[in-house]
Amino acid sequence: MPATYANILISGALAGLIYGLSALGLSVIFGVVRIVNFAHGEMMVGAMFLTTLMVNALGLDPLLCLPVVAAVLFVFGYLLQRFLIERVAHLPDHMQFLLMAALATTLTAAWLMIFGPETRGVRLSYGYDSYEVGPLILDKTRVFAAAAALVVAGLLFAFFRWSATGKAIRACGDNHTGALVVGLDVRKLYALTFGIGAMCLGAAGAIMVMLIDTQPYLGPQYTLLAFVIVILGGLGSMAGAMLGGLVIGFSEALAGVLFQPSLKSAFSFALLIVILLVRPQGLLGKRA
Amino acid sequence: MLEVRGLDLFYGDARALDDVSLVVPEGAVVAIVGANGAGKTSLIRAIAGMLKPRAGSIKFRGAEIAGLPSHRVCDLGVGQVAEGRQIFPNLSVSDNLDVGAMLPRARAAAHANKAKVYEMFPRLSERAKQFAGTLSGGEQQMLAIGRCLMARPDLIMFDEPSLGLSPALARDVFDIVRRLNESGVAILLVEQNVAASLSLASHAYVLENGRVVLEGSGDELLRNDAVRRAYLGL
Repeated sequence: MPATYANILISGALAGLIYGLSALGLSVIFGVVRIVNFAHGEMMVGAMFLTTLMVNALGLDPLLCLPVVAAVLFVFGYLLQRFLIERVAHLPDHMQFLLMAALATTLTAAWLMIFGPETRGVRLSYGYDSYEVGPLILDKTRVFAAAAALVVAGLLFAFFRWSATGKAIRACGDNHTGALVVGLDVRKLYALTFGIGAMCLGAAGAIMVMLIDTQPYLGPQYTLLAFVIVILGGLGSMAGAMLGGLVIGFSEALAGVLFQPSLKSAFSFALLIVILLVRPQGLLGKRA
Repeated sequence: MLEVRGLDLFYGDARALDDVSLVVPEGAVVAIVGANGAGKTSLIRAIAGMLKPRAGSIKFRGAEIAGLPSHRVCDLGVGQVAEGRQIFPNLSVSDNLDVGAMLPRARAAAHANKAKVYEMFPRLSERAKQFAGTLSGGEQQMLAIGRCLMARPDLIMFDEPSLGLSPALARDVFDIVRRLNESGVAILLVEQNVAASLSLASHAYVLENGRVVLEGSGDELLRNDAVRRAYLGL
């Protein structure tokens, strides 16, 4: 019996790392560009469809498609910021929300028109393989998926920590006026940041197809999930997004065994409320 | 080196600068004096390309820079030590300096420049790994100056560099301004410490309600009755 629980918890944690990577995309964009990307889930669904297409048409592994899908999403995010979102940057928040919500609706409609309403999945050659570690049984798919999510998140951490462009982006997020004062090209850096955030959720989407089937209406629930994770982990904290993902992965898995799987969202939201009561700034967030 | 002619700047309908003209010759220290809200910071930000003037011309080394985005202006060699320091509080001191060297003109020499800045401000080198937000006010001002120097500017615009500092630290800051000038950098200095800035400046302008109402050499203005009454409390 304890082994069952351990198995479920671990599989939840592995999924949680992918949630975390997706939430990282939301967090990076909000932290620097100060735009709440309401089209987060819909963009991720686009990445999932693209991956599914590539996997089924070319017979590639989703993880091999990941760099391509991430690059496509990067370009999409960069252009979106440069030619659309930048134009509403000076408007009040609720106007920006409207634009992003409209974008989300448009994307869902686009996926529906292009891919149809059916669910599409990928078949992996190692889909039913697993590793046995003592009493634990780990799905090979989940292990690969979580490892990929960790690698992408790690690369992102390194980029922001050490690269010159990463430092410049952090500077823009930290002090906009200061960034102009030292002569950073803030418009370009914002577009880059949006591209990087989109790349993150593109990677998360490419990985996600290994775990679940894709359909056009998945978007809103992923948007919501990413919000919950980012707030739980602490706004503006990259490590917080990954930790929040892990926590939500755990809680969804636990909800599944203790109650029933359909209650998993209720569990996540309840957890969010508890955290907000106890630690309003989130697990790793800074007190405002 | 810097030549501003007939500059008009508006915030919506409110006029911030009205037909402002000034000249900063090569290698000079020029001061701008005026009360709060006179338009000093607006003037600096307009020159830096952070605000778009409605009319007028800004020439740097003969080239028109009015309307250029701030990163282009900076890359021509116009540096700024801004009001309120505008450091990056959640970046380390070292990263703050690195960000100052992101301009194309500065990238190649970034490493050597950083060593120079650390030599000039040993305190920054001691605190290189610390978050900039944890520095004292004086140290933050050193960081703001050091970060500006990372781009090797030929003209530095100082906006209230001694604001909020103790008299001793303020003296240090004026000392740094003088040393930078002696090393060949032209200076445009906006200061609430009128006596100190006028004694440092070869030429100065008095700004009131967005207009230049008086100009002259630093000594002339120091002896001017209106200036003494309004800004020196004499």
